[in-house]
Amino acid sequence: MNPFRVLCSVLATVLAAIGLTTTALAQENKLRIITWADYAPAEVVAQFKKETGIDVEVTLSNNEEMISKLRATGGAGFDLAQPSQDRIVGPQQEFGIYKPMDMSKIKTEQFIPSMLDATKKNTTLDGKVYGLPHIWGTDGLVINTKTAGKVGDYPDLCAADYKGKTSVRLKRPTLLALAFSSGKDPFALYNDPKAYTALMDDMGKKLAACKANLKFFWDNKDQLLNGMRNGEVVAAMMWDTGGWKLNSENPDVQFIAPKSGALGWIDTFALPAKGRNDAAAYAWINFNMRPEIAAKVAASAGNFTASKGADQLMDPKLKAQFAKSFPEAALKNIKWYPAVPAGIEDIEGKVLDRVKASN
Amino acid sequence: MADRLRSRTTATLAGDLVAPHMRLALFLLLAPALLWLLGLIVLPHVDLAVLSLRTRVAPRTYELGFGNYRTFIDEPLYWHTFVRTAVMSIFATVCTLLIAFPAAWYIAKIARGRAKSLLFVMCLIPFWVSETVRTLGWMILLRESGVLPRLLVELGITAKPVELLYHDTTILVGLVYTSMLFMVVPLVSALESLDDSLIEAAYDLGGNGLSILRQIVIPHAAPGIAAGSIIVFMLTLGNYLTPTLLGGKNSLWFTEQIYTQFITRFNWEQGAAFGFLLLVLSTAIVWLGLVVTGQKFGDVMRRS
Repeated sequence: MNPFRVLCSVLATVLAAIGLTTTALAQENKLRIITWADYAPAEVVAQFKKETGIDVEVTLSNNEEMISKLRATGGAGFDLAQPSQDRIVGPQQEFGIYKPMDMSKIKTEQFIPSMLDATKKNTTLDGKVYGLPHIWGTDGLVINTKTAGKVGDYPDLCAADYKGKTSVRLKRPTLLALAFSSGKDPFALYNDPKAYTALMDDMGKKLAACKANLKFFWDNKDQLLNGMRNGEVVAAMMWDTGGWKLNSENPDVQFIAPKSGALGWIDTFALPAKGRNDAAAYAWINFNMRPEIAAKVAASAGNFTASKGADQLMDPKLKAQFAKSFPEAALKNIKWYPAVPAGIEDIEGKVLDRVKASN
Repeated sequence: MADRLRSRTTATLAGDLVAPHMRLALFLLLAPALLWLLGLIVLPHVDLAVLSLRTRVAPRTYELGFGNYRTFIDEPLYWHTFVRTAVMSIFATVCTLLIAFPAAWYIAKIARGRAKSLLFVMCLIPFWVSETVRTLGWMILLRESGVLPRLLVELGITAKPVELLYHDTTILVGLVYTSMLFMVVPLVSALESLDDSLIEAAYDLGGNGLSILRQIVIPHAAPGIAAGSIIVFMLTLGNYLTPTLLGGKNSLWFTEQIYTQFITRFNWEQGAAFGFLLLVLSTAIVWLGLVVTGQKFGDVMRRS
């Protein structure tokens, strides 16, 4: 027997064994979700299992990681993903990691109609819908009113009064926020790469100049929350839920909508291209959009939901915090992210790299 | 005579029969290692090499070329980051060596019996917890509201807490701490093999501490020093966690750059090119180091 043949047969056996185990795994009824922290609380997962018999396996992640993980496998490994609505069309064009939603399997009457329409419009590619709205919220300013009461807009974070005591993320929302606060509309330039590059270069310079004022570029939520709790940071750009969480612990800390407008995001449901259990994914979506379930998830995430009727069931405290952060005018001034065209993130990426390297 | 002849023929016959058999056995025994090497090291690298030669021109259309490598040269920030990482890694290696050498000398030559193993274990104990926990420990000690700044205030050395975290020096501290063991071990084994009588003879011949260190100890320990330095340098250059956690808003590490390209920018092509550049440049630095110090790679690796 020649060694090569032996090796081949050994390999074949090993592969067959792997194949057997994977088919065995596929046969059990399991839903693999890649999502954000707090979007699939244990209580809701348990209730879903009780009603449908489907096990839910949750992987925590963020927008960039979700896309990278799905890209690595060509859209396999998960049955449901929850990227933000602006991050679906671009990656889909580039990497083809999602499959279209079969709208006939969705109970669309459970969604707030305006939000469903907006998300559908933003996630449609070649006439097919790829995303449905789930949880929404905003990016704005979290300030300690005692020590940084005068902060009212993004550029105030760069004011000399708060030297070494403010923070932002080194990510695209920061560049966009700076653009809005200097009176520009970056979203209007999405389809004009040249003008967009020029604008982002300017904002990069602004951010680089502001760097001396920042304590750090925050990367994970807890790093910033801890910084604000012990007073190392007095004002930061952050999403609303973090601000409200701190507000519940210490009333001095508040989430405010900046003068130039908070940035509005919607996290969605999207089906990975090679998901194995679409039926379970649809069941999970319909289950999650029921008002009582949606209210539970929203409370766990500390944000609001696109489910119709969940509003009445929301925690009154969170509602009060929301009302305080968003007076009528601020609510109207929210800048909702439009879909990011392919290639835009390359432009921002280079600018962010330069900011990080600048001294 | 005839007997001997017969036995020889049997031997050769048996040899002819056994040899392919043995070769097969050897091959089968090596197969897991070869598969591992091929599947987990060679193939991914080939894939990365191909990836690094593709440049994105439009969604899902790529063209072959050296565009990604050209970006590294054209965009000063990328090679600045690399130079920064390399210089800091070399510096961290030198610091580790300077701290580890006396410690290794003490363990190898002065400490005896129980004290010796105790000291060795003390070098090892920090490695029982994961790197993340060790790094977080440093963060608790050094942050503005942490232990050390508060101590400085209590002792009246500083008026208010100073931020000790997020500086380049902090990264160096973390890196030296993390890689200490990998320097101590090869140094101890190199120093232990040095015969004490050589040092006594040197003293008898009128040498002093410094000249003995320079002419006897260091030349003898050179392969150990080189081995430790190579390991520490490679670990430091390829470290991701310590620089990202301890470093501040200005401290860019090259591995962080690779991570960013792969994960947050979805630009695998650029990330792959950076990965290759890191591999090539670090190999070049190690080779240069060996040439400058006159060491042979084989000797060094046997020592480590």
